[in-house]
Amino acid sequence: MSTATLDKQEPKDATGSAAVELITATFRIRRFNPEVSAEASWEDFQVEIDPKERVLDALHKIKWELDGTLTFRRSCAHGICGSDAMRINGRNRLACKTLIKDISPEKPITVEAIKGMTVLKDLVVDMEPFFQAYRDVMPFLITSGNEPTRERLQTAEDRERFDDTTKCILCAACTSSCPVFWNDGQYFGPAAIVNAHRFIFDSRDEGGEQRLEILNDKDGVWRCRTTFNCTDACPRGIEVTKAIQEVKRALITRRF
Amino acid sequence: MATTESSSVELTGSSAGYGVDNPAPVIEPPRARTARTPKSTRTNFELYGWLFMRLSGIVLVVLVIGHLLIQLVLDGGVSKIGFAFVAGRWASPFWMAWDLIMLWLAMLHGANGLRTIINDYAERDGTRFWLKMLLWTATVFTILLGTLVIFTFDPNIR
Ligand code: FES
Repeated sequence: MSTATLDKQEPKDATGSAAVELITATFRIRRFNPEVSAEASWEDFQVEIDPKERVLDALHKIKWELDGTLTFRRSCAHGICGSDAMRINGRNRLACKTLIKDISPEKPITVEAIKGMTVLKDLVVDMEPFFQAYRDVMPFLITSGNEPTRERLQTAEDRERFDDTTKCILCAACTSSCPVFWNDGQYFGPAAIVNAHRFIFDSRDEGGEQRLEILNDKDGVWRCRTTFNCTDACPRGIEVTKAIQEVKRALITRRF
Repeated sequence: MATTESSSVELTGSSAGYGVDNPAPVIEPPRARTARTPKSTRTNFELYGWLFMRLSGIVLVVLVIGHLLIQLVLDGGVSKIGFAFVAGRWASPFWMAWDLIMLWLAMLHGANGLRTIINDYAERDGTRFWLKMLLWTATVFTILLGTLVIFTFDPNIR
């Protein structure tokens, strides 16, 4: 194995450095600093960068080499932690999963904070309302009776039922792309419903009724207008709108 | 770093005066759950509203397309409509029922749709309240007037 990797690496190294073609991309970033100005404004940065790099790399380059005051969140840099959801060219994406070559770098690339939440500084928003909605749907296993001495077993089909919604990384890309969430205060938002779905359809969980009751409320699933913004925005490819519809169907079949 | 004078951040037009001692106004988080947040209602109103929209929509497709065909396409089109034509149709309880159901379903379907739009788009509670009052007044007025006309229609009025 290791020799094979070495063999492969050698020609790649030889051509690799020569083949890297840097381009000059313009990043138009929405800046906001409450200690300096009450208004946000756009600022352009020119970066020499390999188009196969990601937007996050460009942000790092700007922060480390051009303007240290640029503020954004990132932790894992590999699409797992969900820290760096932002609006890139008008669409919610993870900066660490968006390649520069895929978002037409000939034109200025706009980067701004996700919508619908209070901007704290530059690209950092206050996520508290988002997590409040998440906590409100009780995203933990609820059971009754004695603890089993072994694992709680489940068939492969039962596990498959909610597999899609286990992938959520709570980046808020879906919730902050939802026009109902932008317009009115209290909608739970797609991410909270996805995480409720993950437990409602889990055969080991017994709190489904309570969660359905919570989502049956005024600001629950019935406010969804099926615009599919959330499905488009999800960096993990979760079929968010489908999950919301499944919760609606569960509510209706429970009633009738 | 402590004051704006010594900071290296370049201040732009609207920034004058803001600093650590005089920070720019904080914008309240729009979606924080506070004491004024409406309490959960624990009713099935939204569920029934949602179901009603789907079911009435299906029925309305039949009723409205049938209505348009009869009124505008078949049998000479729009030019045939007159007092006599309406009187002739409403002589039959079938067409009275058709028009009555269509009136009620279309008005409630439309009003409920507008209600959700108002809920989505009105930003202040006062605006939302008054828009909904206007909506319900107009809806109730139209439904009552229409129902009254269908039931008290007199073909010999002249
Ligand atoms: S930095 Fe962790 S998801 Fe992008």
